[in-house]
Amino acid sequence: MTAMVATQPLVTVSGTAIAMEGDDIDTDRIIPARHLKSLTFDALGTFVFEGDRQNAKAAGAVHPFDAPEHAGASVLVAGENFGCGSSREHAPQALHRWGIRAIAAVSFGEIFRGNSATIGLPCVLLTPEAAAEARAAITAAPAAEVTVDLETKRLRVAEHSWPVEINEALRRRFVSGTWDSLSTLAEGTQDAADLSRRLPYLNGWQAA
Amino acid sequence: MAATLYSKVFDQHVVRELGEDQYQLFIGLHLIHEATSAQAFAMLRERGLKVAYPDRNVATVDHIIPTDDTSRPFADAQSEAMLSALEQNTGSFGLRFLSPERRENGVVHVIGAERGLTQPGLTIVCGDSHTATHGAFGALAFGIGTSQVRDVLATQSVIVNRLKVRRIEITGELAPGVSAKDVILYVIHRLGPKAGVGYAYEFGGPVVDAMSMDERMTVCNMVVEGGALVGYCNPDDTTFAYLHGRPSAPQGEEWDRAVAWWRSLASDPDAEYDDRVVFDGGEISPMVTWGVNLGQSVPVDGRVPGPAADAAGEAALADARTFMGVEAGQPVAGIGIDVAFLGSCTNGRLSDFVEVAEALRRSGTRVAEGVRALAVPGSQEVRAQLVERGLDKVFEAAGFEFRQPGCSMCIAMNQDRLNDGETAASSSNRNFKGRQGSPTGRTLIMSPLSVAAAAVRGAVADPREVFGISG
Ligand code: SF4
Repeated sequence: MTAMVATQPLVTVSGTAIAMEGDDIDTDRIIPARHLKSLTFDALGTFVFEGDRQNAKAAGAVHPFDAPEHAGASVLVAGENFGCGSSREHAPQALHRWGIRAIAAVSFGEIFRGNSATIGLPCVLLTPEAAAEARAAITAAPAAEVTVDLETKRLRVAEHSWPVEINEALRRRFVSGTWDSLSTLAEGTQDAADLSRRLPYLNGWQAA
Repeated sequence: MAATLYSKVFDQHVVRELGEDQYQLFIGLHLIHEATSAQAFAMLRERGLKVAYPDRNVATVDHIIPTDDTSRPFADAQSEAMLSALEQNTGSFGLRFLSPERRENGVVHVIGAERGLTQPGLTIVCGDSHTATHGAFGALAFGIGTSQVRDVLATQSVIVNRLKVRRIEITGELAPGVSAKDVILYVIHRLGPKAGVGYAYEFGGPVVDAMSMDERMTVCNMVVEGGALVGYCNPDDTTFAYLHGRPSAPQGEEWDRAVAWWRSLASDPDAEYDDRVVFDGGEISPMVTWGVNLGQSVPVDGRVPGPAADAAGEAALADARTFMGVEAGQPVAGIGIDVAFLGSCTNGRLSDFVEVAEALRRSGTRVAEGVRALAVPGSQEVRAQLVERGLDKVFEAAGFEFRQPGCSMCIAMNQDRLNDGETAASSSNRNFKGRQGSPTGRTLIMSPLSVAAAAVRGAVADPREVFGISG
């Protein structure tokens, strides 16, 4: 049995960035449910924001994920409650497979953030002011190099930078390359078995 | 020491502390459906792992299942492949599968409760955000992603942060024609769609105490639309009466011991909360969403809002209004609909359909010309009971299609979906852009009774007026 797998350290993510305006960007928009009808995650990258991109095209506009200057971007900067809604891991999978390697936002949908962590896609928190400034800086200079640095806990856009927050235990697991959740959980196998012998509903409802 | 149900149940399930407020949490019940599990089983196979606690895992099929012709193989090849994969996976890993073949299937959050699998004091997860539904029983229930489904299969545990707890009290009593759905829509409207981030929502107060389990499930179901991962009610006699005699509920002496333990889990009267809000239930009217998140709702006699005072707020409102094709200041009553959908894990339970059937029968009303109306029971059990009471005939006589159970148009992963530009009145839980299967389809979320009223009028309408309900 090979519960333990090695994962790459994730210390910094650098590249160009996409700034997304608006709050409450839900997972149905990130990846429409019709793409959940697949037995693998492999093809999801091309379908990220599919509905929004179609609607933008129909309206004669260009969605950020279709803009030529954002091709190959690896950082996404967003507002509040990014990834709210459904638990579909397909959402961070689609972003990751499209090329996004780190997301900075004011807040995240709870399940989205957890899902991103399990696939090695760090989600870091910005203050509302920092998110607004960073998005303005990216929009003004789409070719600027953007870095999410988990060592110094900062987001840098060209010469500007802002502090970011992330759960400290998770940050350490990213930086040390021990972020595979199943490996962490498997270390607790014996403790889980011990606990299961104390839980009333697994033991004829005898009080613990 | 005084504690909330959340902390009592959480503490009893901590396997290990992982530092900095992260915990390995043991999972009492893992529910599985086809849309978020195939990749998890594949990852398990890749690592050569078995399911650690097979008895604590139960699967069903709900998202992709057709609700008209359910004969195998399904007409849609992808759907057929997903069900086949689940059959194989549950078979080879030795997990219980509540199957359509044996007519045991239904929306995962409907059948968990119905079978008595859902119980107070359990930690319950499912690769589905509406797992919060099960919190109605005083369980700690929340949605997880596919990699976490893998984690639970392999270790019966997940990594979580401890949440803060917000107590939401609904005082007074609800006016006639106002339902549990209106309560949760009102709460989300008042608090906003992101106020719950980082919180578990505990519901209490006279209105919640008086609710049936079906109603409490409707309330807890939608906490995720308010940003919260977990919602719950404290277990009480209503909870125990519901569970008693259900197939998976404890029996005999075990039942008595179980009830004693369940009672001990309820939040202590002097428990401290991280936040507390109180709403007057008497203030709540039937609610209707007009926008693209669940905070964007108004009472049925209200108007589409705007312009907002600040530029950013107005940009968000304007975006939603444009998508929905409505104008600031327009009354929501009268917004035309093309489709009426009754069902989902929010409002697909027996009492939801009984209430609507009675209103239709009493008023002798029918679905308006040109409206496609679907009644999709949440489970085989709900469907069977409706048929037994002859209520399927009431729906059909009123112009509804009475279907086989499944998620159906809540998520449009089967054939049931909106066409481009159509508007639905829906008893489901999400009005997100594109949710019901077309990128330009529009969804108005409301109670089952309000959906029926909209179906009858062909436009959003006050159910109290349409069905002659008065106090
Ligand atoms: S009914 Fe809708 S919300 Fe509920 S589980 Fe099915 S798809 Fe999800």
